Amino acid sequence: MADSETPKAVPAARSDRSPWNWLLLIPIVLPVLTPLFNHDSPRLWGFPAFYWLQFLFILVGVTTTTIVFRMTRK
Amino acid sequence: MGDHITEIVVFTLLFLLVSGMGFVAARWRAPKDMEHLDEWGLGGRSFGGWITWFLVGGDLYTAYTFVAVPALIFGAGAAGFFAVPYTIIIYPLFFLILIRLWSVSHRHGFVTPADFVRTRFDSPTLALLIAITGIVATMPYIALQLIGIEAVLKTMGVTGDSMLARHAPIIIAFAILAAYTYQSGLRAPALIAFVKDTLIYIVIIVAVIYLPYKLGGWGTIFDAAEAKFDASPNPNDGITLNANNQIQYITLAIGSALALFLYPHSITGVLASKNRNVIKRNMSALPAYSFLLGLLALLGYAAIASGVKPLADPATGKVDSNTVVPLLFDMQFPAWFAGVAFAAIGIGALVPAAIMSIAAANLFTRNIYKEYLKKDATNAQEARVSKITSLVVKVGAVACIVFLDPQFSIDLQLIGGIIILQTAPAVALGLFTRWLHRGGLIAGWVAGMGLSMWMLWQIPNAATGRAHFGGSAFPLSDFGFDTKRTIYVGFVTVLVNLLVAVIATLILRAAKSPEGVDGTTRDDYFADEGDPRIDKDVVATVDRPSST
Repeated sequence: MADSETPKAVPAARSDRSPWNWLLLIPIVLPVLTPLFNHDSPRLWGFPAFYWLQFLFILVGVTTTTIVFRMTRK
Repeated sequence: MGDHITEIVVFTLLFLLVSGMGFVAARWRAPKDMEHLDEWGLGGRSFGGWITWFLVGGDLYTAYTFVAVPALIFGAGAAGFFAVPYTIIIYPLFFLILIRLWSVSHRHGFVTPADFVRTRFDSPTLALLIAITGIVATMPYIALQLIGIEAVLKTMGVTGDSMLARHAPIIIAFAILAAYTYQSGLRAPALIAFVKDTLIYIVIIVAVIYLPYKLGGWGTIFDAAEAKFDASPNPNDGITLNANNQIQYITLAIGSALALFLYPHSITGVLASKNRNVIKRNMSALPAYSFLLGLLALLGYAAIASGVKPLADPATGKVDSNTVVPLLFDMQFPAWFAGVAFAAIGIGALVPAAIMSIAAANLFTRNIYKEYLKKDATNAQEARVSKITSLVVKVGAVACIVFLDPQFSIDLQLIGGIIILQTAPAVALGLFTRWLHRGGLIAGWVAGMGLSMWMLWQIPNAATGRAHFGGSAFPLSDFGFDTKRTIYVGFVTVLVNLLVAVIATLILRAAKSPEGVDGTTRDDYFADEGDPRIDKDVVATVDRPSST
């Protein structure tokens, strides 16, 4: 893909591909599965499941993006 | 307003502090030459992890969000909590997309999303549509930041009888904001964001620990909310979702997530970072703000439990539910702490307002002024035009609030989120493939916009008695389905947009319509900090033998 027009053509075939990227699907899919978390019980510290589960999903998101970042860092 | 003196003093002092910082920011990480759009409009493209975190966080989670989301929870319950899944989905979704945008922009010196579309699809018309969409979607968003400040001022009793007296504090605040944005550019909100976010974090952490302690625990708070919703006649409120609003909840979360990073001001924040790793790392660090937003949203329930009654607008007599959170602080906390909380919201309005006006100004400069009015504009001229446009944009926002019904800005912002989604096929998909024809993208944009307007026009709002633009939840029964379920307008229209773009592409390709020249190469999408910038003139004339 190195173009002859670019003065200092960098080595071709750089890529963001990595099997680790599949992990990113988890925090995208979890929060849209409303039947999974649309309940009042069980409550945690007074929070209905609907709320504490979605807070938990934030942590899932942080964990997966952190793993992918670490494993794909160049 | 005698009993609010302490709050007003604390608010004013903190406000003056950040104003001072805004002016000093011009010398922070001082550039060699401020007369360049990269410096004024993108802070020198040099921000590291921490600055980017504060800047983008302060940019995406605006003062309006901080007042409106709890107000929504206060009024409707679980449906308002969509802000949390929305801000969970967004980061993994954009993890791989934004680094490509950053890379190609770094390589070609793009300042706006429309710059990218211009070069990628070789179509000034498509770029113009993207730029206009961005400006139109951003303007009401700036005006809404003023509504955030106004909610706080109302609570402190700073209101007047005449139109001018009522709006004087906001006009002064925005004049100061306009002055230091003009002088310091993106460095001003970047520096102020540190103060804003620190204040917000302190306020929220104190609130979510202290309020349940005072109100009898989170369990009691949720029970109070449930009791309120059980008693209300509205079938769609409650502390969990029901069968009818789940699709709306999901599609609104996905649609809003897609829209958020297409907004010009988010892209400005991302392009200001110095390399790919800064962006990637931030995608896992920014959810800290989502946590904050979720906790803040629940203050809407705390307000129910402590019996907050939202204030009525002195001029119109309409109840302003945006005053719910300020009132809660006014009621439950000592005056000095309420003052800090109000300052956090007020300053919280300034950071995004500054970035949004810079982003809108950059769009005008790069994609309208330079493209159509003065093709040979120098870097210094670009910077000057952008600075002046940022002033015009702010005057426009203030005028919207002073002279028009604020409801008009809220409607426009609702529309804004949906129309900015219509740029997704060109901007987001364009980063991965050039398969869609430029004419197809234009056709898709037109179809998506038209359908969006029609659907929004159809939606009434029972609560305010308005017949049109009453919300973004479209009843599926209007499409002929036998159901009470609703769906997010933007989700439907962006799919239609894409479908039309695909069909038009197939037709145009069969008709052998010229597709233009792609100004980018595959490797541009993976470029990083050390890679050199491509000289624009060399790319513009592809057949010229390589100079330099």
